[in-house]
Amino acid sequence: MTLGFSLQVRGLDHAYGPTAVLQGIDLDLPAGRIAALVGPSGCGKTTLLHLCAGLLEPQQGRIDRPQGASAVMFQQPRLLPWMVTRDNIALGLKARGMARAQRHQLAREMALALGLPEASLAQYPAELSGGMQSRAALARALVLAPALLLMDEPFSALDVGLRGQLHQLLLARQVQSAMAVLLITHDLMEAVRLADEVLVLAAAPGRIVARYRPPGEPQRRGDALVHRCAAELLQHPEVRAAFDLPAQAAADAGMGEPSPEGGGKWLPAAQCRAEHAGHGC
Amino acid sequence: MRLLWRLLRGMPAYLWSGWGAAASLLLFVALWELGAAWYGALILPDPRTTFATLAALLQSGAAWPELAITARRALAGLLLAVAVGSGLGLLAGLSVTASMMSRPWVTLLLGMPPIAWLVLAMLWFGAGDGTPVFTVFVACLPVVFTGALQGTRTLDLHLKDMARAYRLPWRMRLLDLYLPHVAAYLFPACITALGSSWKVAVMAELLATSDGVGAALAVTRSHLDMGASLAWICAVVGILLLLEYGVLEPIKRELERWRSAGGSQPLA
Repeated sequence: MTLGFSLQVRGLDHAYGPTAVLQGIDLDLPAGRIAALVGPSGCGKTTLLHLCAGLLEPQQGRIDRPQGASAVMFQQPRLLPWMVTRDNIALGLKARGMARAQRHQLAREMALALGLPEASLAQYPAELSGGMQSRAALARALVLAPALLLMDEPFSALDVGLRGQLHQLLLARQVQSAMAVLLITHDLMEAVRLADEVLVLAAAPGRIVARYRPPGEPQRRGDALVHRCAAELLQHPEVRAAFDLPAQAAADAGMGEPSPEGGGKWLPAAQCRAEHAGHGC
Repeated sequence: MRLLWRLLRGMPAYLWSGWGAAASLLLFVALWELGAAWYGALILPDPRTTFATLAALLQSGAAWPELAITARRALAGLLLAVAVGSGLGLLAGLSVTASMMSRPWVTLLLGMPPIAWLVLAMLWFGAGDGTPVFTVFVACLPVVFTGALQGTRTLDLHLKDMARAYRLPWRMRLLDLYLPHVAAYLFPACITALGSSWKVAVMAELLATSDGVGAALAVTRSHLDMGASLAWICAVVGILLLLEYGVLEPIKRELERWRSAGGSQPLA
């Protein structure tokens, strides 16, 4: 890999009081790549993202963030209700001390590129629909041209069509810049569609139990491939255990025969204990 | 300029909405008239005589200096209380320990009757401006402080995290994050404080000073001049109504324009 690491996590442990939330997390995210972190609710995904964003101090282990800016897109849009959309999008630029005219110009360009209508720029968040609010939140993150974008289930409240649109917008932006993206989601399809690498987190304590690399480049993955890869991901015994799904019968699994179109690739995961020939760890 | 235009454009609707308030005030005056007819002019002069007395007081020019003196004292005390109270309330709201510690103090200050403060203030400050200003300050401080404290404590944790993630400097956190939210709590507190500032100022003057509306009331009382007493009371109440609906309410509307936008609260 010639590209430098954008985000590097080594031996990260975290506990809230006596409860261990994260254990032995290792993560390498090169610049220009998208990693998706999937796992059941309450497995420590959001804690890990907060640690990566610097909102929490690591108790043990090390997190190296890139020199450049990082931006966060949260589960809810979290726009300031008393600011019009334009000012909300320009918030991070204002924090950097950019002059008003310049930051408004950049905010406007980003908003239009993400499909926000011109009129919405002067409206308050309460006047926007949920999809518009998500676009504004994405614009607020992207306008900073971050080296690292952290996303916490950003599209989970949107319908399929809107989510697809925002996926395309995000991928298009990500290809243009060398931005690294860490995406947290509980939607396997979303993970497989967007990511260069899918990391599966199991709960109590949160640890990475499987790493999966879907084939091809994210922009070129069709629906059929995404469905097949999501199904493949779901057949992994550790993944099934992580999501509390019942174990599969061997005949049902069909792991032995690789799909003719070529599926994804399993990578070694430190905490994987499954003994299964098919998944390679 | 844009602000001025918006204010002017909103003016007719705002004035029109005042009809309801005017009707309810007139109903009050009607009840007063009824009471006056019942008890006679010695106990309760009727509104018309009172307003005539007030007009005469205003026209002769005798009322203005007294009103100005009382206004100066009440507003000085109120401004001090708002400045100190909102500053301290914001700071206390930022820390859990400080807000827990300040609760009993607020109860203590609120529980202490203004008249008790007045007795202390008379001993400390004598018969000048200091006594009424201090008493007003002490009476308004806990109200404003509590408003600012509550506002700061109730700011959405999600927005605070967002502000940290986007690395807002402290100035932006204060002006763009905390103040717009705190204003929703601070403003009602300030309106309450405005009301009590006038009441307390008049009370302090009645007992402690030789000028101002309170002192004038003391004189009319000693002359058993009920008409003039009521005229002074009407003047104070009238100024209060004017300040609240002419100044504070429009400011509040302008500051909270975002609240009415879209007709509903945004997602948490």
